[in-house]
Amino acid sequence: MIVRLMGGGGQFRVDDGLMPQLNELDEAAVAAAERGDEAELDAKLDEMAELVRSQGEELPEDDISSSDVVIPPSDLTLEETRRFLTDDGFVPDLPAS
Amino acid sequence: MAGLMSRAATVIKAKFSKLLDRAEDPGETLDYSYERQLQLLQNVKRGVADVVTAKKRLQLQADKLEQSLVKLDTQARQALAAGREDLARAALEKKSAAQAQLQDLDQQLQALEQQQQKLVASERQLSAKVEAFRTQKETIKAQYSAAEAQVRIGEAATGIGEQMADTGLAIQRAKDKTEAMTARAGAIDELVESGALEDFTSDQTQLDRELAQIASQSQVDSELEKMKAELGSGQKKELES
Repeated sequence: MIVRLMGGGGQFRVDDGLMPQLNELDEAAVAAAERGDEAELDAKLDEMAELVRSQGEELPEDDISSSDVVIPPSDLTLEETRRFLTDDGFVPDLPAS
Repeated sequence: MAGLMSRAATVIKAKFSKLLDRAEDPGETLDYSYERQLQLLQNVKRGVADVVTAKKRLQLQADKLEQSLVKLDTQARQALAAGREDLARAALEKKSAAQAQLQDLDQQLQALEQQQQKLVASERQLSAKVEAFRTQKETIKAQYSAAEAQVRIGEAATGIGEQMADTGLAIQRAKDKTEAMTARAGAIDELVESGALEDFTSDQTQLDRELAQIASQSQVDSELEKMKAELGSGQKKELES
């Protein structure tokens, strides 16, 4: 499956076998976000990104495949991460046409 | 709450599926999306330029502070040599305040540098993907029936939409940081102008004036000594001859 590291980290193809490990970290990240533990959230997000970088194969920059999952960047504040994950999203609007 | 990873992917896809709904005609959808991509590329270039400008401004302030450190150190030594420990202490206190500010500026500069690197990486990625999209859109337009094209457009637009989201986020974050720092640099300038915070690099501070006074006093003293010595030896010579 394809994973994007949000924050300019690029996209990686990872083996499906890596998912249980990623999901475990993801659950820990969610728990950290829910109890407002920003340091722990950042640590888990960094761990996830590092796992993907070390085990995955980076896609070329001109590849326009969409990703199956997206890992948010760890340099967002807790509040920003929450906004990022709400329905409106923290994803900025595109430039006005 | 579902996992962060799948949630983030869903949010991004939802946001950019709007792009696909814009036009009935697949060809039009492609052109519209491509137009947006080019706009975003312009925005990211402007973002990089803004960060560079903010960095230059902070660097100028840091340079000024560096100069003031050297100057205050020299002044402290001069004051101490002149036996004015009170002035030396005042100079060293200012030096320590300037050092703290400099450290703060250095940290901000590093933060801006990181934002710049992320923006540049994002620009490079987006640029490569936009080019790939452009080629693909021409192929899709030329070779596929409307129904097939719709599917392929969906794939291409979603893939590039993700990159657009990532780049958009990088621009937003760089903008927030740059604005905050510009405001802060402006606030420092304003404080200096209003005199609330003494400009370390202004030509004449109280310390300068007192030191100048000491210097001129000691120059007078040394000239007097010199004259006395000359006169003394002259008198001696006269006596000897």
